[in-house]
Amino acid sequence: MHLAYPAVLSALLFCTGLYGVLARRNAILVLMSVELMLNAVNLNLVAFDVWLSRTAEETLHSGQALTLFTIAIAAAEIGIGLAIVLAVYRNRGTSDIDKLRDTAEGHEPDGPDSDATGREAPAPRAAGEKAEATA
Amino acid sequence: MTTTTLAVLVPLLPFLGALAGLLLGRTAPGFVRPLAVLPTLTSLALAATVAWRQGGDQAVDAATELTPTGSVPIELALHIDGFAALTAVLVTVVAGCVQIYSTGYLRDDPRYPSYAALVSLFTSAMLLVVYSGDLMVLLVGWEVMGICSYFLVGHYWETPEARAASLKAFLVTKLGDVPFLIGLFALATEAGSFRITRILGAVANGGIEHPTLIALLLLAGVAGKSAQFPLHTWLPDAMAGPTPVSALIHAATMVAAGVYFIARLLPLFEASQAAMVVLAVMAAVTMAGSALAALAQDDIKRVLAYSTIGQLGYMTGALAVADRGAAVFHLLSHGAFKALLFLAAGVIIHAAGTNSLAAMTRMGHLRDRVPDAYWTMTVALLALAAIPPFSGFFSKEAVLGVAEHVVTGHTEHAPAAAGWIVLLAGLVMALLTAAYAMRLWLLAFRGYGTEAPDHGRQPLTMTMVLWVLAVPSLALGGFAFRVLPDWFDGHDLTPTLTTSVLGTGVALVGGIITYATWRHTTAHAAARVPLGAVAAHPEGDAGLVEAEAIATHEPAYGDIAYAPDPSDPGRLLLGPLHRHAAAGFHLDAVYTTLFVRPVRAGASLVRFLDREVVETYVRGAGTLPRWLGAAVRRAQTGNLQTYVSALLAGTVVLAVAVVLVATGA
Repeated sequence: MHLAYPAVLSALLFCTGLYGVLARRNAILVLMSVELMLNAVNLNLVAFDVWLSRTAEETLHSGQALTLFTIAIAAAEIGIGLAIVLAVYRNRGTSDIDKLRDTAEGHEPDGPDSDATGREAPAPRAAGEKAEATA
Repeated sequence: MTTTTLAVLVPLLPFLGALAGLLLGRTAPGFVRPLAVLPTLTSLALAATVAWRQGGDQAVDAATELTPTGSVPIELALHIDGFAALTAVLVTVVAGCVQIYSTGYLRDDPRYPSYAALVSLFTSAMLLVVYSGDLMVLLVGWEVMGICSYFLVGHYWETPEARAASLKAFLVTKLGDVPFLIGLFALATEAGSFRITRILGAVANGGIEHPTLIALLLLAGVAGKSAQFPLHTWLPDAMAGPTPVSALIHAATMVAAGVYFIARLLPLFEASQAAMVVLAVMAAVTMAGSALAALAQDDIKRVLAYSTIGQLGYMTGALAVADRGAAVFHLLSHGAFKALLFLAAGVIIHAAGTNSLAAMTRMGHLRDRVPDAYWTMTVALLALAAIPPFSGFFSKEAVLGVAEHVVTGHTEHAPAAAGWIVLLAGLVMALLTAAYAMRLWLLAFRGYGTEAPDHGRQPLTMTMVLWVLAVPSLALGGFAFRVLPDWFDGHDLTPTLTTSVLGTGVALVGGIITYATWRHTTAHAAARVPLGAVAAHPEGDAGLVEAEAIATHEPAYGDIAYAPDPSDPGRLLLGPLHRHAAAGFHLDAVYTTLFVRPVRAGASLVRFLDREVVETYVRGAGTLPRWLGAAVRRAQTGNLQTYVSALLAGTVVLAVAVVLVATGA
C-alpha cells in the first residue's frame, strides 16, 4: 500500500478533529474531536513506521510501540476529561465551553458562574437572581 | 590588693550592681535595695582607700592595650592623681547618699528597680570618667552618663514635661558632644595618643599645632555637659526628674564632669589664649544670667538648678584663670552642699506637697514639719552664699583670689582680660547668689498663713543623709584649704584678704537687701493674695508627690517657672527684668526661632519634595507598563477555542516559515 493513502486519511482525520475542537461548543464533542486528532497521529505513526522499516535491515518498530502507549494514555485522558466534564455539568448545569470563561481577565468569581446557572438551571442562590436581574 | 586593683574595682562594682539590679529587678525584688546601696558604699570605701594610698603623691598610672588598632591606640588606662582620687570620693559619697535617700524617696515606685540600676550605672560611668587615663575610655563613660541622664530625667514619663525635658537634655548635650568627639580625634591625631599623660607631654613639648581649634571644639562638649551658656538650657528643665537624680546627676557629679575634664587637660587650654578668654566670657555670662534667673524662679528645684549653673560658672571661671586646684576645690565643696540642697528640697516638696515657693510662703510652720531639712538646708544655703566659715566660702574665695592674682599680673598662665572678667562676674554673682539663697530660705521657711499639712515624720533614710552631707558642707572648706594644695598643683588656696572682704561684703549686702525687700513686700501683699497648688496625694511616697507637684504647676500658674506672686522679693528686686528672668531670658524662645523652626521648615520642604516631586516620577515610570499590561490583558477572553485558534495560527506561521527557510525561498 502506498504511503499516500494512510497519510491523506490521517490528514483528513486530523482536520476533522481540528474543526471539531475549534467549532463545537459542547465539551464532550470537543473531547471526541481531540480523540480524532490523536488517532490521526496514531495512524501516521503506524504508517510511517511500516514505510521506514521496509528499507531498514533491522527494526524495533518503535513507531508502533509508541502508538500503543498513545492509545493507553488517550484512554486515561478521555476518562479524566469526561469525569471533569461530568462534574462541571453537575455544578453548572451546562457543558457548553463558551460559557465556561472563569479564566477571563476581569472575571469575578461569581459572575459567569451565576450567569450560567441562571439561564439553564433553577438559581441555587439569591445571588444568582440578582446577577440575572442586572444582566 | 594593689592600688590599681582597688581603683579598677571602684567603677566596676556599681556597674555589676546595675547589671544585677536590671536582671533581678522583677524576679527577686527583695535584692533590689541591697544591690543598689551596697556596691556604691563598697566603692566609696575603696575610693577612700585609693585616695588614702595615693595621698597626693606621684600619680598612679596603669594601662593595658586590648588590641592593636592600626593607628592611634586605645588603651584601658588609669590615671589617678590627687584630683581624680578626691573627685571619686565625692562621687561615691554623693551617690551613696542618693541611693540611700532613694530607698525612702521612691519607696512605692513600681519602677524603682530600673531606677536604682540606672543610678548605679551612672555612678559607674562617672567613676570611669574620673579615673580614666585614656580619652576614648573617658568618652565611653561620658556618653553612658548622658544616656543615664536621659532615662532618669524621663523617669516620670507619664507627664509630658518629663518626656520633653529628657529629650531636650539628650539633644542639647549631644549638640555639644559632636564637636567634642571631633576635638578628641583632632587632639589624638596631633598628639599621636589618646593617653592623657602623653597628650600633656605633647602639649609641653609644643607638639600640638592647633591648640585653639581643639580647645574650642572640646569646649563645646564641656559647655553641653556642664550646662554652660549657651548650652545650659537643658538643666532647668531636667528638674522634671526625681529629686535624688537632680541631686546626683544635675548638681553634684555629671555636670561637674565637664569642669573636671578641662581640669585634666588644662595645659592644652592654657596653650591657647583665645580659648581661655572664651572660657572666661562663657563663665561670666553663665554666672550673671543664671543668678538673675535663679532670683525669679518659682519652682524650688529650678532655683537650685540655675544656682548649679552659676556655681559651675565659678568653676569654669577658675579654669579660665588657669587654676585647676581652685576649680576642683569648688567642685568638691559645691558637690557636697548642692547635693544636700537638692535632697533637702525633696524633703520639703514632700512635706509641703508643692514645689512652688509662692505656695510655700503661704504655709505656716513648714520648718517645724521638717526640722532636719530646715537646719541642713540653712547650712547648705550659707555655704552656697559663701558666708564664712562654711565650705563654700573657702572654695569661692579661692576662685576669686586666683582671679585677683591674674589681674594683678602674678601669673603668666592666663591673660589678664580673663582675670578681670572672672573677678567682676564672680563678685556680681556673689551678690546675687546671696540674694537668691536668702529669698529661697525666706520663702520656704518663713511663710505664714494656713498651717502646713502634717504628714508625719519623714522617712529616716531621707533625713539621715541630710546630716551626713551637712558635715562637709559645714566643715570641708575650712579643713581642706590647707590640705588640698598637697593633693593638687601646690597652688595656695588660702583666701586672700581683699577678695574675702569684698566677696563676703557683697554677699552680706545681697542677703540684707533681700531680707529688707521681703519684709516690705510680705507686709503688704502676702496676706491678701491667696495662691496655692498642692498635690492631690499627700499620703503617697515623695516621688509621687513631686511628680504631681511638677505636673500641676503649669495648670495652676500658667507657666512652669513663673508664679504671679506679688509678695516675692525677687519681683521687686529685679523690677521689669523679673518676667524675662523667670523665662530664662527667653533663650528657649530664641533657640526655637533660630534652630527649631528652620529645621521644621526644612523637614516640611523635604517632605514636599519627596511626596510631590520624587513620587511623581516614580508613578510616571509605572504608568507605561501599566497601560501595556491593560492592553495585553484584553486577549484573555476565557474562551478556550480562541486560544486554540491562536495556537493553530502560530503553528501554521512557524511551519510556513520553516518550509520557506528550508527551501531557500
